[in-house]
Amino acid sequence: MATTSTGDIEKTKSVEVKKKLNVLIVDDDPVIRKLHEIIIKSIGGISQTAKNGEEAVNIHRDGNASFDLILMDKEMPERDGLSATKKLREMKVTSMIIGVTTLADNEEERKAFMEAGLNHCLAKPLSKAKILPLINNLMDA
Amino acid sequence: LMTAKSLASKETVNGRCWFYSDDDDGISVYLNRELHAMNTVVAQLQTQFQDYLVSLYQQGFLDNQFTELRKLQDEGTPDFVAEVVSLFFDDCSKLINSMSRSLERPENVDFKQVDSGVHQLKGSSSSVGARRVKNVCISFKECCDVQNREGCLRCLQQVDYEYKMLKTKLQDLFNLEKQIVQAGGAIPQHFPSYTILRPDIRPCLDA
Repeated sequence: MATTSTGDIEKTKSVEVKKKLNVLIVDDDPVIRKLHEIIIKSIGGISQTAKNGEEAVNIHRDGNASFDLILMDKEMPERDGLSATKKLREMKVTSMIIGVTTLADNEEERKAFMEAGLNHCLAKPLSKAKILPLINNLMDA
Repeated sequence: LMTAKSLASKETVNGRCWFYSDDDDGISVYLNRELHAMNTVVAQLQTQFQDYLVSLYQQGFLDNQFTELRKLQDEGTPDFVAEVVSLFFDDCSKLINSMSRSLERPENVDFKQVDSGVHQLKGSSSSVGARRVKNVCISFKECCDVQNREGCLRCLQQVDYEYKMLKTKLQDLFNLEKQIVQAGGAIPQHFPSYTILRPDIRPCLDA
């Protein structure tokens, strides 16, 4: 039996991170890159994108890249998120890296991803409500 | 033919605009009647929009992630939802073509390639709130896992159908939005919240 209930939900209040974030969005899906760009913009940040882990690593090769936060997808062609995270940590990249997984990923896969050097893991789909408190807590820490 | 010497002032009452003139030949009554008619048209379009949006949730085309997308749209990004869904539909088309090629020859199916396509499609459909497309992808993945080519082909057909259906529905929704704006109204910002208890829409997996 299908039941529905409606309620007015207030539009998410316009809250922003406490300082301007510079974010690298790494995902092979253009839809998700666009969505994450808008989420970051909506919380007052600016962003750059990379289509896969290899691109993300290349952006850091000259040593001039400086991101506060990297949103790293797990499954990507050329170089996946786990490999890219490990490589970035080997390159002494100190940005916060949040892994973006799917609900289909099991606990072991998530653990392996975390151990590659993530600060935290979130499951898709991302939303402003999911990401904002995490960013603020991580920035405070 | 009635003309106003001047429109002295404008007042908004309960979201509706009222114009007042400084001449006393009843022009303000005339104008208000005209504006009332316009406001009625806007109200009707807004109701139509709201009812249509609600129906898309009730029929399982959309889920709460679409609500989250709409919340992100504001004056700075007025076409965000349309842009993202447009990207999604382009994605669907490319991935479906690619998976179709991978499934073409029964003796040489690249299930890894198909699985990769399904994975991506599931992710993007989940991110835009395309509930039916996402649910087909769940079944599609199961067929890939057991290397069931026939099941994969059925799922491919269904995912093609579902994304095209959603594309048509959302086009109608965006057209209603345009009509509201052209009639001088604002797009309703009511964000439905639903507890929908119903079985997932899954295709038949007969072997």
